[in-house]
This record gives sequence, C-alpha cells and structure tokens, in this order.
Amino acid sequence: MPETPRASHGFPGRLLVFEGLDGSGKSTQAALLGKWLSARGYRVFFTEWNSSELVANVIRRGKKKGLLTPTTFSLLHATDFADRFDRQILPPLRAGYLVVCDRYAYTAFARDAARGCDPDWVRTIYSFAPRPDRTFYFRVGVSVTLRRKIASRLKINYYEAGMDLGLSDDLEESYTKFQTRLKREYDRIAETDRFTIVDSTRPVEAIQAELRSNLAPLLENFPTGADLLHDG
Amino acid sequence: MTGRTYGTRPPGMPHEPLRGRLIVIEGADGSGRTTEVALLKEWLEVEGHAVVDTGLRRSDLVSNEIDRAKQGHTLGATTLALLYSADFADQLENKMVPALAAGSTVLADRYIYTLMARAIVRGASREWARELYGFALRPDLVVFLDARPEILLHRAIARYGSLDYWESGMDLCLSRDLFESFFLYQALLSKEFDWMGKQYGFERVDANREPQPVHADVQRLVAPLYRITTPTGPGAPPRPLPVSRDRRPAAFG
Repeated sequence: MPETPRASHGFPGRLLVFEGLDGSGKSTQAALLGKWLSARGYRVFFTEWNSSELVANVIRRGKKKGLLTPTTFSLLHATDFADRFDRQILPPLRAGYLVVCDRYAYTAFARDAARGCDPDWVRTIYSFAPRPDRTFYFRVGVSVTLRRKIASRLKINYYEAGMDLGLSDDLEESYTKFQTRLKREYDRIAETDRFTIVDSTRPVEAIQAELRSNLAPLLENFPTGADLLHDG
Repeated sequence: MTGRTYGTRPPGMPHEPLRGRLIVIEGADGSGRTTEVALLKEWLEVEGHAVVDTGLRRSDLVSNEIDRAKQGHTLGATTLALLYSADFADQLENKMVPALAAGSTVLADRYIYTLMARAIVRGASREWARELYGFALRPDLVVFLDARPEILLHRAIARYGSLDYWESGMDLCLSRDLFESFFLYQALLSKEFDWMGKQYGFERVDANREPQPVHADVQRLVAPLYRITTPTGPGAPPRPLPVSRDRRPAAFG
C-alpha cells in the first residue's frame, strides 16, 4: 500500500470543513457525508462548533449585563475553538482520521469581521489552526436562510441576528442585515482561501453527490480502517 | 493619555483621546506590587486625582471560568491564554476605558505583560502574544518592580508559608520539586520581562528594597505625568515605543 501523502498541515489525517450561513444546509450535508465515509470504511471523526458550556455560560452572563463587546465576543469564541481544537480536531487528525468539521475558524473570521474586528488580528489569533484540506462553502442568499428558519419554526438567536450591534430593534430586520454582512465576509474569504463553493439552493441529493465526487481525488490514496489494520 | 492601542483600534474603542492616565505596575508575585499600588493610589488621591485601581482576573465576565480551569488544570496553554485575554479585554473595555474617558487615573496592578509572559513561557510565540494583545491601550507609564528570585521566595514564604502552584509554574512540569520549579519558572518569566521591557519601554525599579525607597522611585517616575514636583525633582518621561505589525499569520497567511 502506498504511503499516505502528507497534507499541507503535515498530519496523516485530512481536515474537511463545512462553512456557510445558518440555514445554508451545511450541517445536513456534513452529517450525510460523514455517514458515507464511515460506510466506505474510513476512520471518520465528526465535530461541530457550537458554543460549549463554558462559553455559553459566559455569553449568557455577558448578555444579561450588556458587557460583551466585539473583542470579548471574539476572544471567548477563540477560547472555545482552541479548546475544541486541542481535544476534538488535533488528536484525530494526528491519528490519521478524516476529520469532518461543521464550522471551523472561518466562521470566526466571517463573524468577527462582520462585528468590526480587524480581520488580520482575528487570523493571527487563530494561527494555531491549520489550513483544511477542503473547505466546502454553502453559498445561499440571506432571504432563503430566513425562510428556512421561519418554515422550521426555529427561533432567531440574539447574536446570530447581530442584535448586539444595534443594527435594528426588529429581530428579523437585524438578522437580515447582519447575515448579509456575514455573507459578504464569507464570499470574500471564499476567494482568498480557495473554498469549494456549493450552490445550496439545489436538492439535498444533488449536493451530496457533488460533494462525494469532489472528494474522490482526495480519498484516492487515503487508507481505510481495514488498510491500516492489515498494514500492521 | 493618547488613547492609542498597540495594534489596530478595536471596534467600540472611542476615537477621541482619553483624558485620564494609565499607569501600570508590573512585577512578579512578591515584588511588592500590591503595596506599591496602595501607596501610589493614596499619594495620587492626596494630590487630588481620581484613581481607579484594577488588576488581573477581577472581571465579572469570566473569573469563575478561570478559577474553575485552574482547579481542574484541564485547559490547554492556548485556550488558557485566550481565556485570560478575554478577561483582560472585558476589564479594558468595561472598566479602564470608561474611567480614562472620564478623566480618572487607572492604576493597573499588572497588565498585558504578565499575561503575555505567562503565555509565552507556556509555548506561545512572542509574535502571537504581541498581536493578540494589540487591542490593549498603550499605558502612559509601565513600572516594572524588579526583585531577585531569592527575595520573591522569602516574601512568598513569609506571607503564605508556602509556594503557590501557579506562581511556581508547576503546570509546566519543569521540575517535580516545588522549590526548584519556582526558580526555573521565575527565570523563564524574567527573560520574557527583559524582552518586553525593551519592546514596550518599561521603567525598571529596584524592588529588592523596603517599600518606602521603592515608592520614592516610583513617585519620581509618575510625577511628570501630572506635573507634580517631588522633593527630588521630576523623573524621566516615559518612552512610548512603537510596535511593528509586520508578521503574516502562519497558517492562514
């Protein structure tokens, strides 16, 4: 069996990242892809970046007291990401897994920039996070994500609507404004960081098929769990 | 107070100059920082200046989480460094900046330098630490209370009867022996403070002495900020040093 070629991050595993606005369909696709990869016999580790208990508690407290600023908000999420990176991303990456991340540092790049933080500053803070082997960006219009949210009766979260920025007193209006800013940031990063852009207005099956064929070259020489066992 | 930050001005930081003065007292545990802060505050208040004192890990936002993390020793070095920076940012924006804007003197019992030194000796790069704290205001004066490790050791033992796990850097696994670890750790920190002293323009004060002569030296440094005349005349003005921002991030550059 040929030796697994090392990726730019130098670890034997591969880092597959799913990014996009809330309601862009990335989580559904990431989960489906994870299932498929496992069924193909690969060692897969799936991780999503939601607020951990630590950060959720602090953010709740901060919100109540009106203490959170874009800088503290950014640093708290960076703290959370660093913890997740140490525990959930780096070990499987070093152990040779396909690590599927539903959101990665790019979420912070887009969100913090949309809150007015200096993009270079944010990137430096996250410089411990290696560049992924593939980043799928689920591009979608803000009106679509809002419709999906309303249709599935999901509540709009205060920070996801950027209510802390005082863009509007109306939750839906603030959501639209803030998510539009986010999308602009994502679109910009998609170019500089060479994201694979996925048109997420299409049917789930069509998108999933596209992802699978897109990954074929990346998986070509990548060992399955069985390969690794037989290889000793 | 110019109100200028080391790096890019963070969102929400006022554009207009801050009227108050920011004075930082840095130094290891046992260097006499707390005593000097109390003396300095008293003196400035007698001189008629409003003083707000602040220290590390006193913010409402994350101090619980920091205490918990310290108890469990479970967080990685980067994570802990970021948690501290969030705590510092909270104090800077919600306490120091409003006080400075109102014209008060902010007297900081340690500042970003201690946090940076701790992060660097635990594996962070100097560049990373410097960039991370780019949002911090440049103080009008940074006094570094410089005391020999033997002095620090005796003061720690006299005060607490023992050495503190964290102040001895036991989490770095430099030595399993607390006493030895303390010296190794203080030496590592000292190296970083030397570097930062040059980088950020510290005024070093010999803190191997009793509080009164130390205080007299600090007064001489502080006096020019307020045009106060001290018995021995005005001291040298603080030197603000520019910090270059030339580095590109490693992984995402």
